Amino acid sequence: MSTFQHTLQGQPWLALQGISKRFGSIVALDDVDFEAYAGEVVALVGDNGAGKSTLAKIIAGTYQADEGLYFFEGKQVKVSSPQDANALGIATVYQDLALCDNLDVVANLYLGREPSKTVFPLPHLLHRPLEDEMERRAGEVLRSLSVTLPSLRHPVVTLSGGQRQSVAVSRAVLWGSKVVLLDEPTASLGVEQTAMVLRLIVQLRERGLAVVLISHNLSDVFTVADRIIVLRLGRRVGTYMRSQTTPDQVVAAITGSSTLSSGVME
Amino acid sequence: MTTKMTKQNDPVPGIERDSTVRSWASSIQQLWNRAYLRFTQGELGPWPILIGLVVIWLFFQSQDQHFLMARNLSNLVLQIGVVGTLAMGVVLVLLVGEIDLSLGAVSGVCAGVLGVLVTTNHWNSWIAIVCTVLVGVAIGLLQGGVTVYIGIPSFIVTLAGLLAWEGVQLILLGDVGELQVQDNLIEKISSSYLTPTLSLGLVGLAIVIYAINLWMRRASRRRAGLEFLTIRALVIRVVILAVVLIALVEFLNAYFGVPTILVILLVLAVALTLLTTGTIFGRYIYAIGGNAEAARRAGIRVSTVRIAVFALTSAIAAFGGVISVSRAFAVSTGTGGGTLLLDAIAAAVIGGTSLFGGRGQIYQALLGALVIGSVQNGLDLLGQPSSTKDIATGIILVIAVSIDAISRRRRQAKGV
Repeated sequence: MSTFQHTLQGQPWLALQGISKRFGSIVALDDVDFEAYAGEVVALVGDNGAGKSTLAKIIAGTYQADEGLYFFEGKQVKVSSPQDANALGIATVYQDLALCDNLDVVANLYLGREPSKTVFPLPHLLHRPLEDEMERRAGEVLRSLSVTLPSLRHPVVTLSGGQRQSVAVSRAVLWGSKVVLLDEPTASLGVEQTAMVLRLIVQLRERGLAVVLISHNLSDVFTVADRIIVLRLGRRVGTYMRSQTTPDQVVAAITGSSTLSSGVME
Repeated sequence: MTTKMTKQNDPVPGIERDSTVRSWASSIQQLWNRAYLRFTQGELGPWPILIGLVVIWLFFQSQDQHFLMARNLSNLVLQIGVVGTLAMGVVLVLLVGEIDLSLGAVSGVCAGVLGVLVTTNHWNSWIAIVCTVLVGVAIGLLQGGVTVYIGIPSFIVTLAGLLAWEGVQLILLGDVGELQVQDNLIEKISSSYLTPTLSLGLVGLAIVIYAINLWMRRASRRRAGLEFLTIRALVIRVVILAVVLIALVEFLNAYFGVPTILVILLVLAVALTLLTTGTIFGRYIYAIGGNAEAARRAGIRVSTVRIAVFALTSAIAAFGGVISVSRAFAVSTGTGGGTLLLDAIAAAVIGGTSLFGGRGQIYQALLGALVIGSVQNGLDLLGQPSSTKDIATGIILVIAVSIDAISRRRRQAKGV
């Protein structure tokens, strides 16, 4: 287990230790540690093939590590499916957002977990969802995150990319998630939409959530992240506090040329 | 009355949020704003098809003054009974993002089952109808199960079903190929009419239920602090429904009265609308049709919902078979065949249901069936051959889908 320096207090909400994952002969992750603290945005960066997605999928429960331990709130847990991760309070917002375009914002926020009115002899599927209760709470959560949408009752297909991303993230907050994993949230967004999503990420941190941001975009990372973890070729090669580092240093760690900042390639 | 300020994030312009009692003009304005908002989002609602229907009716009326008479429209209702029923099934299966090509054949084979049970086995007709519908459920479970668990596209599974059930129908009907069905109850489905008193009673009941429902929805939204309609806007809605229903009843009373089949169609449509828009099951149907992967990730049991939709659709087709027996007083090898399936799919699509899943409403099946039925009925009046009817139906289908495609494009343009 490697040691790392940080100025954060207490134990991490989410911690993975000594994670290894192989696909056949390819070693995707080799003895990697990862940790996310309450009230921080931790960015996971690295080049293509560095193991970011594999680590993210292990956190999300989509993959299981071949070796290594998974801790949540200090306790060792077994996460063998996305449902397990969700149940712990770890929500993943995938790049494709997993929204139903034809449904409205409220329906998307509550999809699969609709509060309903019990009609005694009928099975759950035939119960009536409590639409007004859902709409009220959805409005509250969106307001508390400063997310503004034209209407909660229009299909999400009519929303902009940033608004759709906001809906997907708000879904995680609505369900009381403690750790929110965002996979390339700004990849397909324009400047203004990106700013909207980054503001939302800051909101999540201010609510005390642990935010894991997986991104290629160092400008985004340096805008919102508190801590930056760099993966290269399946190993964790660096951990930086944003306030004490520069993009050059992080790029150097990503590419493996530790002297880039001094202008000399190896 | 108190006025209650309710705050929403970024209020929708033009919709009053503190409205309890307002003038009639502002209540109409409120209803109009909602319709306009939906319209700008590319949700055209029933308006294109209603306008199309008026155009078609005016055209045929100008060609033959008998078209809009009570007698003809009453017959029109009887003519669209089977196709309208099947089209509601088509809407369901399209909503979930699947297709069922066996609906015509299922209605045929179930008509055969009904004929055999009632005529050959002398079963009580109620029990026979229930059993016929259950046969439909079984067929749907089988086809849905094969589609979902083996993972074959529903197009193929139900195409196989179409062929197979037609064969079963031939076996059921034997060498003669036809069974006369003389049964009082079954005949009545398509050849009886409500008395004027009963019709008005049912209309009154429907209006009261509608009004109570609107009122309770309003109260619930108000409790939750959401935007709600003014009382006058509710009154306007109830009055519109009342005027339409009473005019319809009075019009049909000029002939034999309201056909029983019309009541059956409307009750079925209301029940299916409640299922699709008022239950968690209905929500999941739309979710799966919109993005099956997202639905799966949200923890929805996608397979269960899909199979249930196939079963329900087949049950509706079986009931369509019952109606076709009652129309013809018989079941033959041709029952459920011909262009029935294609007309039903066309009706659903003309009504505005998307072939790609997740978009559509049950009522659209009835409106679409009404359009197809009107064209065919009108061309019959004008003595046109069936070739003309087929061509006209095809053209209308293309026009309807074009309108939908253009509105979709606008919708997507908005989304970027």
